[in-house]
This record gives sequence, structure tokens and C-alpha cells, in this order.
Amino acid sequence: MDDEFLLKIEDLHLERNGQKILRGVNMTIAPGQVYGLLGRNGSGKSTLAYTLMGCAEYTPDRGRILFAGQDITTMSITERARLGLTLAWQNPAHFEGLKVKDYLTLGMKEPSPARVEEALAAVALSPQVYLERTVNDALSGGERKRIELAAVYAMRPRLAILDEPDSGIDVLSLDDIARLIRRMAAEGTTVLLITHRDEMVPVADVAALMCEGEIVRVGEPQTVREHYARRCLPCEVAGPVEAPGGGYERL
Amino acid sequence: MSDFEAILKAYERSGGDPNFLRSPKVASLVISGNRVLGANQVPGVRIEPEEIEHGVRVKVIVEPGAQLDIPAHLCFGVIPAEGVQEILPEFEIGDGARAEFIAHCTFPNAVNVRHLMEARIHVGKNATMKYAETHYHGEAGGVEVVPKAQVKVDEGGYYSSEFALTTGRVGKLDFDYVVDVAAHGVAELVAKAYGYGNDAITVKETIRLNGEHARGLAKSRIAVRDEATSEVIGATEGNAPFARGHVDCIEVVRDRAVANAVPIVKVRDDRAYVTHEAAIGTVNKKELETLMSRGLDEETAVDVIIRGMLAA
Ligand SMILES: Nc1ncnc2c1ncn2[C@@H]1O[C@H](COP(=O)(O)OP(=O)(O)OP(=O)(O)O)[C@@H](O)[C@H]1O
Ligand SMILES: [Mg+2]
Repeated sequence: MDDEFLLKIEDLHLERNGQKILRGVNMTIAPGQVYGLLGRNGSGKSTLAYTLMGCAEYTPDRGRILFAGQDITTMSITERARLGLTLAWQNPAHFEGLKVKDYLTLGMKEPSPARVEEALAAVALSPQVYLERTVNDALSGGERKRIELAAVYAMRPRLAILDEPDSGIDVLSLDDIARLIRRMAAEGTTVLLITHRDEMVPVADVAALMCEGEIVRVGEPQTVREHYARRCLPCEVAGPVEAPGGGYERL
Repeated sequence: MSDFEAILKAYERSGGDPNFLRSPKVASLVISGNRVLGANQVPGVRIEPEEIEHGVRVKVIVEPGAQLDIPAHLCFGVIPAEGVQEILPEFEIGDGARAEFIAHCTFPNAVNVRHLMEARIHVGKNATMKYAETHYHGEAGGVEVVPKAQVKVDEGGYYSSEFALTTGRVGKLDFDYVVDVAAHGVAELVAKAYGYGNDAITVKETIRLNGEHARGLAKSRIAVRDEATSEVIGATEGNAPFARGHVDCIEVVRDRAVANAVPIVKVRDDRAYVTHEAAIGTVNKKELETLMSRGLDEETAVDVIIRGMLAA
């Protein structure tokens, strides 16, 4: 079924402080897919994630976001989350006085201590050690990232946007993250995996490459990965693309 | 329901465990309005209450060297919608003694209640006193609470107080504690309040470090929403060599609420060292959006963040 989708983004434009950051993003994610979004630093991946989540000051100037059969473009963050969309933040916030177990529980539709423990175990954190810890800045960067992923996993969302779940995670632990993503998919969560590490690509079913606020390529993960690894080079050498299409093969 | 049962129920509503007030092994005092409904002494602790026109005067004496293994539980309440309650306690913690007090002040039906507390506290040489007081003022906002304490900590003594008014309305709070600390003594004051509606919070914590190596911490965590107001005055004086003090105030404001912080730091000896930090701001946007991305509505998310700040 060609037109079956969970998320469809149409011609999304966003400007911030006079700078065009998203320049006509189009994307279709099918239910159950793990969709890998690659792109170099500053290409607009997090901006797209915030726009999809509905964050303040990320209201698109043009375009539409369709999710689970509804136009969510003007919905609040809460409304989107209640439809089953959530985000694991690239640099997760810290919370004074909030315990890990409570942080994981607050997003669950059916709170269950067993699920909380399962979620911690799924990111290779021992429940005995972490349940009672506080989600404050005493956690290391990697621990905080894992807890963020656990919180999203515990929710069983329909679509999880994972913004660089691999950053701040050591190479040895990348497998843990890949395993978690497969586990989410197996539970029926569709995943938008944002990354700029091409080692993460094999976990995806489809991949896309973002450059200068546009999706410049979509297809087989392996092909997009190779393209990213090789063809992205001119970007660094030549600097930012000036005109749309400059330096890139268009879709 | 008997008056005793009624006050126990209110005590429970404010977060207390009524079993402590029934147990003969636990030192306790139960006051409803100006009546003493229960006073239980245990070895080493004397509790001598005396009813006065609008309240109760009470002497709490912990004998020198006595070690209280179970905290003493105190309950002060006004059950009717209106009333005045004056509590005039005098705590005498003998040299080397150690005692902990857990107090609950409860006015669950208050529409127009005034509660005044004027405490005199003496912590003897090398003695320890920990005092925690939790308030519940109901949902009408009709309470005026004026807790005042004059505390004297002798050489090597330790005094800590934690005041919490974080569930239900505040009404009007005018908190004022003054502590004098002798050499090698320690004082820690913590005040927490969460105001909304037209609640008005004033917290004044004064610590005077008068002896060598005396240490003090004046900490406050205050949140105000709607039209509520708060003013925190944290004053610490370093009056002796090697005295060390710190004022730590965090206030969170939302909506049209107004918060004010006045840290006062005085040093009268150039070998003393006193610091302060005060932060007033709204709820962090990223924290808020993170909780909303988990499905919480904005109001609930703000509440979770504020309660976390109050718990920290
Ligand atoms: N408020 C803003 N005002 C102006 N420019 C902004 C603003 N926010 C982001 N940008 C710019 O938008 C571009 C995209 O940023 P974004 O964070 O989306 O990149 P990213 O692809 O997620 O990068 P990274 O891989 O480093 O996380 C960057 O050039 C950034 O500097
Ligand atoms: Mg990013």
C-alpha cells in the first residue's frame, strides 16, 4: 500500500531569527518502519524534530504535518503526545527532585513498576541502582541519554523520534541502542532515528539524508549511507550550499 | 466523632501518621484550638502544657544527655472554619541531649483562621535538635500563619528546622526565625512553600554566627503561581573568626505571581566567610516541553517541575 503512512510531512518550511532552517521538507514514514535520518551537524535534524513535536517557536511558516490520519500542524505538544508522538531529546533536560522511576512513569498510559524496570533494563541500566536516582545533573551524559530512551520506550508511543540516541554513548554501547530500537519496533513503535553516525544506519529500514534543511535523498539504508559517507564530503570542502540544488543530486 | 478523632483525621490529611499520637512509646502532644487533647511523656522528655485564652503555652524539656530514639510528634490544629490559635512553646534541650520533633499544623476547614506560634528554643552544649514542621491549610486560602522562633544554639550544638507548606493553599504566611549560634555550633533552616491564588508568603530567616567556627545555612524553596506573592529575606551574619554561612534561595514564578528575594550577608570578622545565592525565574522551557512531550498538560507539567524543586 503506497499511501499508507503514519507520518507525512509536506513542504515544511521554518525560519528562525531570519534564517531559513527547514526549506521544504517532505517525508513519509510507514507504520512499523525504522526510518533513519542522516545529516551533518547543523543540517536541521533537531529543528525538524522540534517542529514535529510542536515546540514553542517551532511553528512552521509553510507546510503540513499529518500524523495517524490527522493534521497535527497546529496542535500543542501535549495533544501530539497523546496521539502517540514523542521525542527523545538530543540533550535531555535535567529535573531537580524528580526520581528516575517517576520520570519514566509519568509518560505511561498504564503505569506499571514492572514496565519501568523493563525499560531501564532495556537500556542496560540496573533498576536497583537507577530507580531511586534523581534525573538531575549528577547523572552522567550517557546515563541521562539512556534514561531518556528508557522513558520513551516505557511509553510505547506510536512514533518515537530519537534525536541522536547514539551521541554521548560509547562505541561499545552502540549495540545496546540498536537493540533497543529493534525492540521498540517489535513492540509496534515506529521510529524516526536521527543520527549522524553512519554505523547506526543498518538498524533502519529506510534512510534519508538531510542537507541544509532539505531531504536530498531517500532510499535503501546502505545506499544512503554510502552517499552520506562519500558524497557529503563536498559539503565540507565547498562550505554551505548556496542555491537549492547546489552540489547535490536532487531527488 | 470525638474531638481527638477529628484532630487525628486532620493530622492524617496534613501528612502525619496518627499511630504515633496514639502510641505510649512516642512522646507526643495534641492541641486542638486552645485545648490539650493529649500529652505523652517518655523517659527523658517532659511535656508541660497549659491552656491559655486563645491557645496553649507549653514547655518541652529534654533532660541533659537524653537520647530520643523515636521522634516526638506534635499536632496543632483548628478544626472549625474560624478561630485563633496561639501556640507558645519553650523547648529546652539539655546539654548533650539529642531529640527530633515532627510537627504537623492542620487547618483543614479554614475560612478565617489565625495561627500564631512564638517559640523559644534553647539547644544546649553539644546537644542536637531537629525540628520538622508540615502545614496543611485546606483549599480556601483563609489562613494566616505567623510562625516565629528565637533559637539559641550553645557551643557545639546542632539545630535544624524544616518548614513545609506545599500542599493546599498557603493563605498568608509570615515566617520569621532568628538563630544565634555559639562556637562550633551549627544551624540549618529550610523553608518551603508553594503559593497560588492570592496567597502571600513572607519568609525571613536570620542566622547570627557569633562563635568561632559556627556554621549556618539559610535555605528556601518557594514557588508562586496565579497572583500569589513571595518575599524571602535570608540573612546571615558572620560575627566571629572562621564562622561560615550560606544563604541559598530559589524561587519559581508563574503566571502573574511576583517573587522577591533579599539576601543579607554581614561579616564582622575578617576571618568569617558568608556566601549567598538567590535565583528567581520561571519554569525552564525545555523541562516543560519534555514533560509535555510525554503527554502531560502544561499545568501538570509545571506542577511536577515545581514539586521537584521543592523536594530538592
Ligand atoms: N534559534 C535559532 N536561530 C538561528 N539559527 C538557528 C536557531 N536554532 C538553530 N539554528 C541553526 O539551524 C541549523 C540547524 O540546527 P539543528 O540543531 O537543527 O541541526 P542538527 O542537524 O540537529 O545538527 P546536530 O547534528 O549538530 O545536532 C544550524 O545551523 C543552527 O545553527
Ligand atoms: Mg541535532
